[in-house]
Amino acid sequence: MKGNWFHQRSILPGFWPSLGVSMLYLSLVVLVPLSAIFLKSATVSWADFWAAISSPAALASYKLSFGASFGAALVNALFGFLVAWVLARYHFPGKRFVDALIDLPFALPTAVAGIALTSLYSENGWIGRRLVPLGIHVAFTPLGVLVALVFIGLPFVVRSVQPVLEDADLELEDAAASLGANRWQTFIKVIFPAVRPALLTGFAMAFARALGEYGSVVFISGNMPLRTQITPVLIVSRLMQFDYAGAAALAVVMLVASFALLLLINIAGSYSRRYMEAR
Amino acid sequence: MRILTLLLLTAAVSFAGAVKLLNVSYDPTRELYQNINAAFAKQWKAKTGQDVVINQSHGGSGAQARSVMEGLQADVVTLALAYDIDAISQIGGLLPKNWQSRLPDNSSPYTSTIVFLVRKGNPKHINDWNDLVRPGVSVITPNPKTSGGARWNYLAAWGYALRQNHNDAAKAKDFVAKLYKNVPVLDSGARGATTTFVQRGIGDVLIAWENEAYLALNELGKDKVQIVTPSVSILAEPPVAVVDKNAARHGTAAVAKAYLDFLYSPEGQEIAARNYYRPRLKEVAAKYDKEFPHLTLFTVDDAFGGWQKAQKTHFADGGTFDQIYQQGR
Repeated sequence: MKGNWFHQRSILPGFWPSLGVSMLYLSLVVLVPLSAIFLKSATVSWADFWAAISSPAALASYKLSFGASFGAALVNALFGFLVAWVLARYHFPGKRFVDALIDLPFALPTAVAGIALTSLYSENGWIGRRLVPLGIHVAFTPLGVLVALVFIGLPFVVRSVQPVLEDADLELEDAAASLGANRWQTFIKVIFPAVRPALLTGFAMAFARALGEYGSVVFISGNMPLRTQITPVLIVSRLMQFDYAGAAALAVVMLVASFALLLLINIAGSYSRRYMEAR
Repeated sequence: MRILTLLLLTAAVSFAGAVKLLNVSYDPTRELYQNINAAFAKQWKAKTGQDVVINQSHGGSGAQARSVMEGLQADVVTLALAYDIDAISQIGGLLPKNWQSRLPDNSSPYTSTIVFLVRKGNPKHINDWNDLVRPGVSVITPNPKTSGGARWNYLAAWGYALRQNHNDAAKAKDFVAKLYKNVPVLDSGARGATTTFVQRGIGDVLIAWENEAYLALNELGKDKVQIVTPSVSILAEPPVAVVDKNAARHGTAAVAKAYLDFLYSPEGQEIAARNYYRPRLKEVAAKYDKEFPHLTLFTVDDAFGGWQKAQKTHFADGGTFDQIYQQGR
């Protein structure tokens, strides 16, 4: 990096116009609606703001929302990586079908997903019927929230890791093997570092998506106060009382915390990428 | 270009003399207003020679109220509780504060009450509110914080307990706390709760509006569920109102008023009764007497001093609903 604040890495012209248009677009699509939330929350006194965001129900909901979203993103990072690996490295009959299946959670209305999952996992459901005798309750528990969030977050990790694995140079692995690395070392030292930035990106997207999820979770969580209520549900219940400022206050907490976490993950991702490039 | 065409079309239609009304309502009134709209359009055409086209919008009562406050051009609102129209009046400023006294019967042309839907044969012997707090009885009702309809359920239980305990609020709270201990899932809306009870087979009893209970009964068949009417319940008064500012802007004030008046007419009352809402008009009520069991009914005004107060005491942050869950921890 040179001492220049603005610089381009492209030989094509048009740096300033494209940067300008991008900023304008981002402002209109993202910044303006978000600032409206901040402005709305600013209409209450600091004490009311604090009361709204620190009530026992709010605290319990942050724990569930952030905890379950993080957990779901972790599960998706692990299994999404596996799925991406299988799709990138192997050929098998029906591969295209499986590939198309991955994106389905993107397209399905989340309420449909929620209702389907709840029917499956509730006491009389096809899966729930088998789990409940074992003492595993999924529907209407925090575990159910996790299941819904895993479902909606699946495509993100697969779709960000898959192209990297497909582009990976197989000769590098051959070279590693010929230099005496065992399979585990090849995976940990050669393959994983190359995939890590993409995996982090996928993780971040799955996490962010899960934080904002409402439609599927309201059905499977049961919305029990202090137990299975996610923050978005709390925001809706504020709105039902026509308490816009209170709703906006909770939204601000979600926004700031999400932004901080995403920023952290992105920084980790770019370090990881630079570390790769430096080698 | 398309907008221009649309404007021209609208203009052409209005020149032809058709008048448009938008009725913003809550979820379970879809069929009721389909029937009302057809009947009213016919009557209005006969009376004035003018065609009237009535569009309906349905959703959760609170969400609908918010849409109107934010600019949904409703000429009339027909919602689940007065609290929501109060908000349109007080926060939105779209109609005067005394809106509820402008029409007879608290501006509620039809009423309903809160009843129980149980499994066929009533295996858990649920006959009245006190059966809902028995250990081992699983009760389905939506979350009153997110569902306007569910607030009636909550207040009905509370009002019953007040009557049983000589208006002792602490005892009423204990009763309601016990009842909600038996609730395994709080769906966000009334339709969700019905699905939980009916499709997923969860719970022994669903607390529901009488008209919704009838709808569920017809949908499912009388061989699966049955309605139990408690000894005491709340008189649910879903109110209607003209949204003055919108109607004035659209020039629809007269037809909007006539539309709401039609709800009070014998014909409108008849349609309400056929859709399982209790009619106010004595003649029509007498005709449908068999369909609506007799029970002691109390109003929100009598038992709770109106919606504003009830909302503040029970459903606002730190209200009794929050308290009963925080105690349980």
